[in-house]
Amino acid sequence: MGGLFSERAWAVVLAHKANFIQGFSVTVESALGGILIAAVLGVLLGLMGVSSRKVPKTLNRIYVEAIQNTPLILQLCILYYALSFSGHKIGVLAAGIISLGIYHGAYMAEVIRAGIEAVPKGQFEAADAQGFDYTQKMAYIILPQTIKIILPPTVNQIGNLIKNTAVLYIIGGADLISSTYNFVTGATTGGSYAPAYIVCGVLFFVICFPLSTLAARWEAKLKAQDEMMNA
Amino acid sequence: MMIKLEHVNKYFGTNHVLKDVNLEVKEGEKLVIIGPSGSGKSTTVRCMNFLEEPTDGHVYINGTELTRKNRTQIIRDNMSMVFQQFNLYPHMTVLQNLTLAPMKLKHKSKEDAEKTAYHYLEVVGLRHKANVYPTTLSGGQQQRIAIARALCDESKIILFDEPTSALDPETIQEVLDVMIKLAKEGNITMVVVTHEMGFARQVADRIVFMENGQIIDEGTPDHFFVNPTNDRVKKFLSKIIR
Repeated sequence: MGGLFSERAWAVVLAHKANFIQGFSVTVESALGGILIAAVLGVLLGLMGVSSRKVPKTLNRIYVEAIQNTPLILQLCILYYALSFSGHKIGVLAAGIISLGIYHGAYMAEVIRAGIEAVPKGQFEAADAQGFDYTQKMAYIILPQTIKIILPPTVNQIGNLIKNTAVLYIIGGADLISSTYNFVTGATTGGSYAPAYIVCGVLFFVICFPLSTLAARWEAKLKAQDEMMNA
Repeated sequence: MMIKLEHVNKYFGTNHVLKDVNLEVKEGEKLVIIGPSGSGKSTTVRCMNFLEEPTDGHVYINGTELTRKNRTQIIRDNMSMVFQQFNLYPHMTVLQNLTLAPMKLKHKSKEDAEKTAYHYLEVVGLRHKANVYPTTLSGGQQQRIAIARALCDESKIILFDEPTSALDPETIQEVLDVMIKLAKEGNITMVVVTHEMGFARQVADRIVFMENGQIIDEGTPDHFFVNPTNDRVKKFLSKIIR
């Protein structure tokens, strides 16, 4: 046990700190890309989910059910290996970003659908009765009222997405988890399991914790505003 | 004709709620629709702006047939609505509620829209509430704001769907007073679904009585309140007027 936390082990980790910084930046990069795609897909598919028409609603259900009921790793493998065997090779990072976006897009679609459904029907009718078209109704009247509702689950999804960058390992990614694993099993750097994994964990915590704290504060602020409005 | 319903039928599932309704409303006319609950009064006005699309039949607004395609434009140009539950936008102040549609839909400048908004807030007696959020107001005040919002749209037609049914008894009159003022002064075409018989008697040019999805009687207030001829109407009025 003592060996795990030995000075030598820490020294090896410190000497290779660039390895962790590099992995960290790939994780942040793929997370940011994934969040962007998930947000766009989430809004589009969430709106389709509350549509009164059959086709968009069905597409929403097929997408959400297919994505939520299969593993992210499998989706990534299909995207990466199946595409490359059929001659459409895409980069590891691109594959990671796209599959993270698609996977969390399905969850975001549900978050946004639920948020919109929580807005009273009278709000939609008031907008219709004033002559707002669909886009104006959503942009000015409905979506602003969903923000409070969707904020906490959205931040949850962002946190999960950041942690899920770990799946890049399966296609040989250079994200934080992959670099950490490659480091501790590496021929020249191997063996420093405990310090390496602790550093990796701290780096994840450093992004995820401020995020959830910020969201909690924002939520509290909105709630306080609400109470003021209702006072 | 400002509004014309022609052979309008409406089904909710297998429930036949409007049965061949024919109705015309003239420009500037104050039409009041009365009748027991579930008689199709609300559905009738909601068909006028396609909040409910008729299953069958035609709706004409100012001569143009309302379709799924043109409804947004026709409504924007011609009509507003006041709801039982007010339906003010809770994330906006009173002033923002009043200026949103004029600015976004009629491309008025902010100064212009606010000037109009303050004018109508004055009309409903709530100028001092311009910068509060609607949920801080009483039901009666919210409904007066909702009426001001409808006025700010500057529509030729305002539909009122049971505007006082959700209010405390003591605030009903403040809303009715605003509506009476509107009816007496303006040349706005008003269609009002209500249980307030005093209001109907005082402002209606014409009253329509509905039951079971059909119009079974119509006429002037005197026809209803001085010498009602229809037995069903007599029975209804005897119960509702105490």
